[in-house]
Amino acid sequence: MAKTATAGSSLLRYLGLRFLLIFPTIWILVTMVFVVMRLVGDPITAAQGGKLSAEQLQELITAAGYDRPILVQYFEYLAAIASGDFGTTLTNNQPVVELLATYGVATLELAFYSLIVAFIVGFPMGMLAARRRDTATDAGLRLFAILAYATPVFFVGLLLKLVFAVAIPILPVAGRVGVRSEIALSKLEDATGFYLIDAIKLGNNEVILDVLQHAVLPSVALGLLTAGVFLRLVRTNMISTLNADYIDAARSRGIPEVQLVTKNAFRPALIPIITVVGMQIALLLGGAVLTETTFEWKGLGFQLAEYLSARDYVAVQGIVALLAVIVALTNFLVDIIVALVDPRVKF
Amino acid sequence: MLKFLSKYPPLKQLKMSFGVQRFMLILGLSIVSFFILVAIFADFIAPYGFAQLQYENGEYFGSQIAPGGSHIWGTTVGGFDVFSRVVYGTRTAIAVIVVAVILSILVGVLLGLLSGYFAGWLDRILVLVADAVYAFPSLLLAISLSIVISGGRSGFWSGILAAGLSITVIFIPQYYRAMRAETLRIKQEAFVESAQVLGASSFRILFRHIFRNATRTLPIIFTLNASEAILTLAGLGFLGFGIDPTMGAEWGYDLNRSVADVSAGIWWTSIFPGSAIVLVVLGITLVGESLNDLADPRLRKRQVAEIE
Repeated sequence: MAKTATAGSSLLRYLGLRFLLIFPTIWILVTMVFVVMRLVGDPITAAQGGKLSAEQLQELITAAGYDRPILVQYFEYLAAIASGDFGTTLTNNQPVVELLATYGVATLELAFYSLIVAFIVGFPMGMLAARRRDTATDAGLRLFAILAYATPVFFVGLLLKLVFAVAIPILPVAGRVGVRSEIALSKLEDATGFYLIDAIKLGNNEVILDVLQHAVLPSVALGLLTAGVFLRLVRTNMISTLNADYIDAARSRGIPEVQLVTKNAFRPALIPIITVVGMQIALLLGGAVLTETTFEWKGLGFQLAEYLSARDYVAVQGIVALLAVIVALTNFLVDIIVALVDPRVKF
Repeated sequence: MLKFLSKYPPLKQLKMSFGVQRFMLILGLSIVSFFILVAIFADFIAPYGFAQLQYENGEYFGSQIAPGGSHIWGTTVGGFDVFSRVVYGTRTAIAVIVVAVILSILVGVLLGLLSGYFAGWLDRILVLVADAVYAFPSLLLAISLSIVISGGRSGFWSGILAAGLSITVIFIPQYYRAMRAETLRIKQEAFVESAQVLGASSFRILFRHIFRNATRTLPIIFTLNASEAILTLAGLGFLGFGIDPTMGAEWGYDLNRSVADVSAGIWWTSIFPGSAIVLVVLGITLVGESLNDLADPRLRKRQVAEIE
């Protein structure tokens, strides 16, 4: 779907078309969530079933409107989402959109750190593996990539904890920040919720250090997963560009090998990479749920896990639908970036 | 027998491969076969049952016992034998792979064939839906589905089916896309046209002429999906949506129970089930990667023939 633009069509038309495609995608996604979550019955029975008497249950169901025809409820749900309302949680009566505002920043912060880890680890290693293709270095790096993919993030997390927080206690076991720093951070007036930014605003070196120390293990755990994907991707794409004739031509003109790898061969390899990096957002969100649970990182994923165990399916439905919309929007942005970067797409 | 089998993957690729690639393929195949054997003979390998808490004389194992003695890998916080649970977990993992992959191949391949061959509005709608599902965070989708199918918690077979079905929905788009692309390509071939001219039925053309020629990418997607199925199952178990511990052993659930142990320095409850997951996925991925490399002429290396 990314490159429907033909040589004659304008970039603007492509962008417009791609923009219009967001709507059916989001519609399908939220419908899927609705169908899946409501197949079994109403969320109130799911949450309170067994705890309340049949009459009390019926009262609650009627009050919330879950006894009306399912189609009516579906259209109401669509109308609510169109106006940006993703429902209110059953357990603590919070609008889901507000949850995103409160906890989304924490997830964003974790995703940001782990993307940095993934880039730092994945890209140079991928380039090296492509350059040293079919040598022991290449085999070792590829094995590393497969291992990074094969190890569930929560197991990486547990291993990291065992080594760096229990056996050699140099890093904190869990949480986003220590108690003392949290108190210090809570005094900040225009807090963003992005703890690193807040700590820098506060100007307290101890707090900055504390925030960073807490971030190391979760971001490495989540980052390694993505790093493996990047490594394989960079390697495969670099191998095909390194084989291209223009690289031979450049080499024969005496361009240093390092520059060949990092510049001449890397740039054309970047286009498919950007597409996949964008698709990693979905993987990262799934991974974030598991990483946040492992490290008690109080983000959106952690909240989702909490609501899941509390059987608050209204909250789950809202959060999942919201995340699906975020993924759809990110994919749209990625397609735009690819269209802008790829010189083959004409204006 | 071997000669007959050698026409099919992965033995066909084994003949094509050499050097590092061959090593990776053999290593992967050995790991996978090892785990399949463990799953089959679990009853003979495991000293205790996966839900067993007491010795035959009625005495309890006790919880969080360090490895050694009658529990070579120790016991969990719930008082289960770690080794037995890891062994039986193999059975769960392989059952889920089989259910998930068979279902998604059946549905995905059929939809891909129909959609690619008949095109039209059905094709457009299916492409759109498949793209939407593909973009969906797969773990979230699996969670939602497992709530629907089993109410979150269930017995062995219903749990396997729930996990398998949740994973199936994620995979269908992948088979669908691959099959549709192949069908679109093969549809243009002369032999399909001549079959149409001869008056063969659509059914015959689809399954005899197109399907037979379109299966080349399936083994690769199969291996990639099998490893993803294990990871999704473990993720579901880790979030508490797996199989009830008294109904079946599941590595992800055991890891979930070990999170608190880790902070106390108890390593054996997490290391063993975790390593089992890593090894299975590693084995399957090694096979998949090798098949992928051998199928892609850009990545394939040929043995240099000796010239005398």
